[in-house]
Amino acid sequence: MSAKTHSPVGYEAARVKGWLGAHRFLLLRRVSQVFFLGLFLLGPWFGIWWVKGNLAGSLTFDTLPLTDPFVLLQSLAAGHLPELTAIFGALIVAMVYALIGGRVYCSWVCPINPVTDAASWLHRRLDLPKGWQPKRQTRFFMLGMVVAVSAVTGTIAWEFVNPVSMVHRGLIFGMGFAWSFVIGVFLFDLILARRGWCGHLCPVGAFYGLLGERSLLRVSAHNRQACDNCMDCFAVCPESQVISPALKGKTGETPLILSPDCTNCGRCIDVCAVDVFAFTHRFDDRVKNTVSQAVDAPTEHSV
Amino acid sequence: MPAKNTNKPANPDRRRFMTDTARGAAGCALAGMGLAWLARDARALPATAIRPPGALAEEDFLSACIRCGLCVRDCPYDTLKLAELGEDGMATGTPFFTARDVPCEMCDDIPCVGACPTGALDKDLDRIDDADMGVAVLIDLENCLNALGLRCDVCYRVCPLIDEAITLEQSHNPRSGHHAIFMPTVHADKCTGCGKCEKSCVLPNEAAIKVLPARIARADAAEHYRLGWEEKQPLVDELIDLPDRLPGPGTDNLEAPGGFVDGFKPSFTLPGGSAGQ
Repeated sequence: MSAKTHSPVGYEAARVKGWLGAHRFLLLRRVSQVFFLGLFLLGPWFGIWWVKGNLAGSLTFDTLPLTDPFVLLQSLAAGHLPELTAIFGALIVAMVYALIGGRVYCSWVCPINPVTDAASWLHRRLDLPKGWQPKRQTRFFMLGMVVAVSAVTGTIAWEFVNPVSMVHRGLIFGMGFAWSFVIGVFLFDLILARRGWCGHLCPVGAFYGLLGERSLLRVSAHNRQACDNCMDCFAVCPESQVISPALKGKTGETPLILSPDCTNCGRCIDVCAVDVFAFTHRFDDRVKNTVSQAVDAPTEHSV
Repeated sequence: MPAKNTNKPANPDRRRFMTDTARGAAGCALAGMGLAWLARDARALPATAIRPPGALAEEDFLSACIRCGLCVRDCPYDTLKLAELGEDGMATGTPFFTARDVPCEMCDDIPCVGACPTGALDKDLDRIDDADMGVAVLIDLENCLNALGLRCDVCYRVCPLIDEAITLEQSHNPRSGHHAIFMPTVHADKCTGCGKCEKSCVLPNEAAIKVLPARIARADAAEHYRLGWEEKQPLVDELIDLPDRLPGPGTDNLEAPGGFVDGFKPSFTLPGGSAGQ
């Protein structure tokens, strides 16, 4: 570890790249989150009905149907064969996320992400203990549980409690007591379990993660020699377990972050003062300044 | 020996893996039971919440509705709402309307059903008059003005299926002795449950006539009673069809209804006597 390990997270990057440069993807992500929410709010707020519905199902420009494939999976498990509109909508969404990374949904679209990011930021600021840290795989148990409960009860089970759709639908159609879910997730992540919701439990994220298992868009630690072990990327990464295999890979090992847990949020690119990380595609496993031979097919690092 | 084994497992990684897996599974099973309870509980729809036209039966509806709100958006009269958590007392985010606030205007093109991407609102409903959202019930006979012998008639007048879904049934008014009571009477097979009657009931606050889901408003027919007046049909087709009159000419002989034509000879003879009478 370098001396910089103990300077505040992102301090060095902001000094070298300027504040904007050190928050590029964070800002872009916030813009994206506001944009996707805004599309849905244009109708109810300003009467511009480009997009109707919510993240569970929507209709854009009265032609493009989109459906949340996870919701549709539960509907199928519950024993309902949906009409073609919903099936097409789900296929379109699934194909897009399979291409750009399933968990891009989590970091660029999901309305709960700003909440858990805020909790995580405050958690770091207050230097709170990690708290309860269930296995990262717990979310896959949750995923299986949700599908099973849907099948047993004949309902789209997760939608009874899903904070993501509660908040999104709430903002568009009326909140009721859905704020309690926002506060609940925030407090859970802040006090009970660091990165607990998105990083360990949320079955929606688990589903989208599986969807993007083979996605094209990837972050690569292509400049890993330059790493000075400041640990800032580990501090900001919501799924920090995905970094090591790429960053600490030996010569010949791929610098690509291939774990489907990676949300492609790009925060590691932001906070790195020496620009170790960059967005690229999954077949670009070049490492900067090395005499490494052409590496064979990228290795999977399942975590 | 066993004690030593528990202290030092032969394969610590495997043991940790097993414990972690068991923990995760147990925790999720616990969460799953809670979720299942919630999901079952959500079927208890409040009586005043009426589903949109064409909605599947409640159990099927909860497996089909993705709560996208597209039906709400395409409702031109802002009748439909999505249930809000903790306020509307039903599965959060599912569509419904409250007839007393905004009734269903029964659009001919049924845009809400057309908007549904999943089939939770059944596209087989092509005539809105066939909709079955609920059944109007004249629930407060003590305050309904017509039931008191006055002529309010508003629920009857506003009914989109006037004289079919609601009729005014006349009866003697025993209070005054020389007036009639025009009782608003709902015919459930015609009533769509649009709720216009409930909306327009002139009584303050609660209406005397209310739309209720059919599962609450309707009993099953009494199978163990025979309704003689409805049994005009033979019990078993063409097997037991008793004649209304005695056999013989005249029964369906239009030339001489009820009697004999002159010179009629029956085709049979009664035993021990003259030709049959």
